[in-house]
Amino acid sequence: MDIVGPLLVQVLVTGLTLGFVYAIIALGYTMVYGVLQLINFAHSEVFVTGAVVGFEAFRILAPVALNAYLKLLIALFAAMLVAGVLNVVIERLAYRPLRGAPRLVPLITAIGVSLILQDLLKFLEGTQGRFNLVYELPTEFNSQLSLPAFVTSLGVRLSVKDILIVVIALLMLAFLNYLVNRTRVGRAIRAVAQDRTTAGLMGIDANRMIALTFLIGGALGGVGGVMFGLQFGTVNAYSGIIPGIKAFTAAVLGGIGSIPGAVLGGLVLGLLENFLGIISIFGSLFQPLSFLQAIGAEYKDIGAFLALILILMLKPQGLLGRGNTEKV
Amino acid sequence: MKRIGAITLALVGALSLGSSLAQTRQTIKIATLSPLSGGQSNLGTQIRNGAQLALNEYRQRFANLGFNLQLVAYDDQAEPATGTASARRIAADRDILAVVGTLNSGVAIPASEVLAPANVAMVSPANTANAVTDRALKNMNRIVARDDAQGPAAGRYIIQTLKAKTAYVLNDKTAYGEGLSAEVEKYLKANGVRVLGSEGTEEKNNFQPLIIKIRALNPDVIYFGSIYDQAGVFIKQLRDAGVKAKVMGGDGWDSTDLQRIAGSAAAGALFTTVAAPLSELPTARSFAALYKKTFNTDAQGFGANGYDSAKVVLQGVLNAIRSNGNKLPTRAQVQTAIRGINATGLLSGSLRFNSVGDRQSATMYIVEVRPNLSTRVAAELTVEPPRR
Repeated sequence: MDIVGPLLVQVLVTGLTLGFVYAIIALGYTMVYGVLQLINFAHSEVFVTGAVVGFEAFRILAPVALNAYLKLLIALFAAMLVAGVLNVVIERLAYRPLRGAPRLVPLITAIGVSLILQDLLKFLEGTQGRFNLVYELPTEFNSQLSLPAFVTSLGVRLSVKDILIVVIALLMLAFLNYLVNRTRVGRAIRAVAQDRTTAGLMGIDANRMIALTFLIGGALGGVGGVMFGLQFGTVNAYSGIIPGIKAFTAAVLGGIGSIPGAVLGGLVLGLLENFLGIISIFGSLFQPLSFLQAIGAEYKDIGAFLALILILMLKPQGLLGRGNTEKV
Repeated sequence: MKRIGAITLALVGALSLGSSLAQTRQTIKIATLSPLSGGQSNLGTQIRNGAQLALNEYRQRFANLGFNLQLVAYDDQAEPATGTASARRIAADRDILAVVGTLNSGVAIPASEVLAPANVAMVSPANTANAVTDRALKNMNRIVARDDAQGPAAGRYIIQTLKAKTAYVLNDKTAYGEGLSAEVEKYLKANGVRVLGSEGTEEKNNFQPLIIKIRALNPDVIYFGSIYDQAGVFIKQLRDAGVKAKVMGGDGWDSTDLQRIAGSAAAGALFTTVAAPLSELPTARSFAALYKKTFNTDAQGFGANGYDSAKVVLQGVLNAIRSNGNKLPTRAQVQTAIRGINATGLLSGSLRFNSVGDRQSATMYIVEVRPNLSTRVAAELTVEPPRR
């Protein structure tokens, strides 16, 4: 009985860290959707590419005597750069030539690109005999934070990397918010999102703004990948599929095209997933709830998709979405 | 440039000489079926390489009888669908007389059913699920112990040596992991250990919800019927979350990649295995040296098992050739000869099969990962199948 409190607090902590990872990935979907009304299904693989670049960065830097946080910064920048550029290349090759085509067509090429990238990643790391990439994190990141006594008495554990994930996410959010709402570039992106033709008449190069959006979206995916590596320690070529779908769900849940919506959606999903993962424990603790015992942690993913179906039925524009009046 | 040309010429000459020789001989092919790509390729490649060494050893003996011996390696990617597709290709190649494989019971069961009507004998170096031989197929044999031997062996160790009072049982939702975990759970419950929870998971990355729950329930032992690529990630996250419980698994953990993936978290992990650690086999030293020399990587238990299985196959084929008046035997004759074999000279001792293809007496090892991430044998026991 006395384990329920600590359990729920731990679910809160782990759920929020995972939620921020989803939120960052979801922002990549939302940005691109906001401008092009395109679901960039290759975003999962852009995200995995970021995770792989992060892995390689940590692997190469492992023997180097360098400040752990500097290593993280290098890994993050490398992942942002590669994933961002990759996303721009994908847009140039697979979406731009089809811009006039019906909306189903770029969706199909997106899935094609996603499959190609999966196997490409598998091939590239496979030639080295690496299929499960294991993050060799500096030991500092795994050390536990010394928390006040009343918190530790609840059995809550918080490691440095949990804090790092939240801090990185908040910094990215602040930066994105500033960029979109307070800069000329942001205004141009928003203009293209609202009406590409009219924006063009005002002297905005729509193609450049779209490429820039893909660059930012991809960079966010790259950061998400490194955060994923921090959180779970391993990644492989197919790691992106489920988190990708979850982040997409998060984007829709919060209202696709809305930046705060993507964050809210990510957090809701992270919490929901972790809560569902432990729900069977209530079955073993409380007799009347014994039916819950059958719900193992394997069912945690169902929550995300149930939430998606519910929100699409009840509030199709998402929790924070406001129809078509405001994009990005 | 000139030298390369000369070498190419010499190579072409040698190849054409080889093929003209082959034309005068009949070809006998032995297939291996194991994961050569994907997350479990480490174990699957060991099996193929082990079989390759056995074939090299027997090549001359077959040549003396007028046969050209060849190994053909098929990939099953540890997936039933890919495995059965490969099995169909094996059945269609009339030169293939028998198969060494597979790694995963979930693949062996459908693949052996594809091969059964074609009378292609299989000798498995790794499959432990009861159903593999319980179906009493004429073509399916294995050199390793069954789940209902392996599970209780783990259970006994958990109770007698680890003195555990509570346990949490996990499986990977494959025929292998589910079968093994069910046997362990059954044994633990029957012998007074409280099983706090039992569930399956296909997750490969995010074990956190599961770990939060396990941490709250605080079991003495966590048993996880799974393969190393999944278990390694789980153990790493388990230790990151500060859970101190002992972790134990089956022979699917028997790969150095468990330590590579879990890192220092792997220290103290226990697993039962049917593939003897090579250091425990007195006959294995020269095998290990030859393996290292041929493939430039260290031999592991499944390499030795692949070698043993291929030897069983080759001795069976030789017996069939002999009883067929030194002529090429049929697949059915090979199948019968393998089931009736009295194999000698194996790394794991001599071997006979019972009526359904189980080894009449097999040795089971309990292996522990040491703090320096090497392994040691913690216990060793002989197990026998329920049927003679």
